[in-house]
Amino acid sequence: MRRLEGKVALVTGGTGGIGAATVKRLAEEGAAVVFTGSNAEAAAGVSAATGAEFRAAKVDDPAGWAPLMEAIRDRHGRLDIAFANAGIEAGDGSVESITIEGWSQLIAVNLTGVMLTCQAVVGMMRANPGGPTGSIIVNSSMAAYKPMGNFVGYSTTKGALIALTKSVAMHCANQGTRIRCNSIHPGVVETDMIKNIIARQPDPGLARATYNAMAPLNRMAQVEEIAALVAFLATDETSFISGSEYSIDGCSTAGMMGV
Amino acid sequence: MNRLQGRVALVTGGLQGIGRAIVERFLAEGASVMLADLPSPDEAADALAALGDKAGYVRLDVGDEAGWPAAIAAIRERFGRLDILVANAGIDGTGRVQDMTLAAWHRTMRVNVDGVFLATRHCADLLSEGGRDWRGGASIVNISSIMGLVGIAQVSAYNASKGAVRLFTKSIALEFAAAKAPVRVNSVHPGFVETPLLIGSSDQAALDFYTAATPLGRMAQPPEIAAVVAFLASDDASYVTGAELVVDGGYTAQ
Repeated sequence: MRRLEGKVALVTGGTGGIGAATVKRLAEEGAAVVFTGSNAEAAAGVSAATGAEFRAAKVDDPAGWAPLMEAIRDRHGRLDIAFANAGIEAGDGSVESITIEGWSQLIAVNLTGVMLTCQAVVGMMRANPGGPTGSIIVNSSMAAYKPMGNFVGYSTTKGALIALTKSVAMHCANQGTRIRCNSIHPGVVETDMIKNIIARQPDPGLARATYNAMAPLNRMAQVEEIAALVAFLATDETSFISGSEYSIDGCSTAGMMGV
Repeated sequence: MNRLQGRVALVTGGLQGIGRAIVERFLAEGASVMLADLPSPDEAADALAALGDKAGYVRLDVGDEAGWPAAIAAIRERFGRLDILVANAGIDGTGRVQDMTLAAWHRTMRVNVDGVFLATRHCADLLSEGGRDWRGGASIVNISSIMGLVGIAQVSAYNASKGAVRLFTKSIALEFAAAKAPVRVNSVHPGFVETPLLIGSSDQAALDFYTAATPLGRMAQPPEIAAVVAFLASDDASYVTGAELVVDGGYTAQ
């Protein structure tokens, strides 16, 4: 399928996991893709496999956004799709154990970074030839609905992304633009990070079963499954979808988890 | 696009409005489609002929259990399988609560709630079989509404019925997941959609309200709802189950 022919996409945190799978899917659908991150080695692999263009950038660095938008404007002349995907879990803990440094870094990347992403790309999309159009997809988490006791920073930032997304959507609609903004809420996804955690456990089989059992579907999501939802929300077919929260969690939040 | 090649779908209320757009989208994606609706086969003949030879028709009142076995038999006979169910048939239910008769209340519940329950009840076995052939399994899509998420004055019966569809969907999604049945179940929540039914039953003031109340400043076109249903029916949605997909131009975000 080539539903995104002629469109230009930005994926933050595109060097691995859901981000890299989304770079691949958007490129397969015909989009010209620019992706950010800080792991240059992994980025080279993604670029080689997909033809997408890597820009080293940190989403929480306010000074980095203008040069990035300029580079996209110079090279492509427009921006149609932004997947605000970059996020971290490192430094998190429970409300009793988290340090102020850990908390501040989580807020900076997972929340301020997404706000800065939206701020920059809305500005760019407003200036698109043919009028202000675009689709912003914010990668939240099912943790927005089911916060985890030992991940207070991650859970809080992912919850806040719901309100951020709706505020951006409302602003863009109130301004009469056709820029849309929606959040997605994945359950547990079998990323390299999760695979490594499983491999390090004393009983990897048991660890895998535990992760699988977090979803009533009794398996983790594959990164390609998340990328498929992002690709759908990036198409013009979803022109009436804005301010929405799309769960993709194998039924994890349809009931009470573990019941 | 041929994401649904080889699949068979049942679309209730398939003759007009959102249902019709879903039927057309499924056919464009390569599926065969059985339409179920109230008119007689003769009355539906012209509409059906326009859809080509991959579309079939069965007369069905979704709220009448007696009609379901024949509808299932017709699907088996014509197509031999079932992979997608779209429970779309629905009716309105508005008015001051003091003025609403119990009969009027039951009329709404009979179609909007009983009809969705009966659809799942009678299609479950066929879908469980059909779902084995696809990476993403079989797919049930129940058409709820933004009125299944938020209330509006003098819409109590419709609100209650569409809210029921939302939670019925989640319960069945969990039930099938627990049973390891390869059937995903999701609800779709359209905002105000420019259907012949809504246009025909609304005065200008109402139409102005639908437009003004929607942040995107317009009503949806039926194909915009069909696109979400096609996504949920496809393997692209293989991890999406128990979810509620809102397509409302920002109506519930404000």
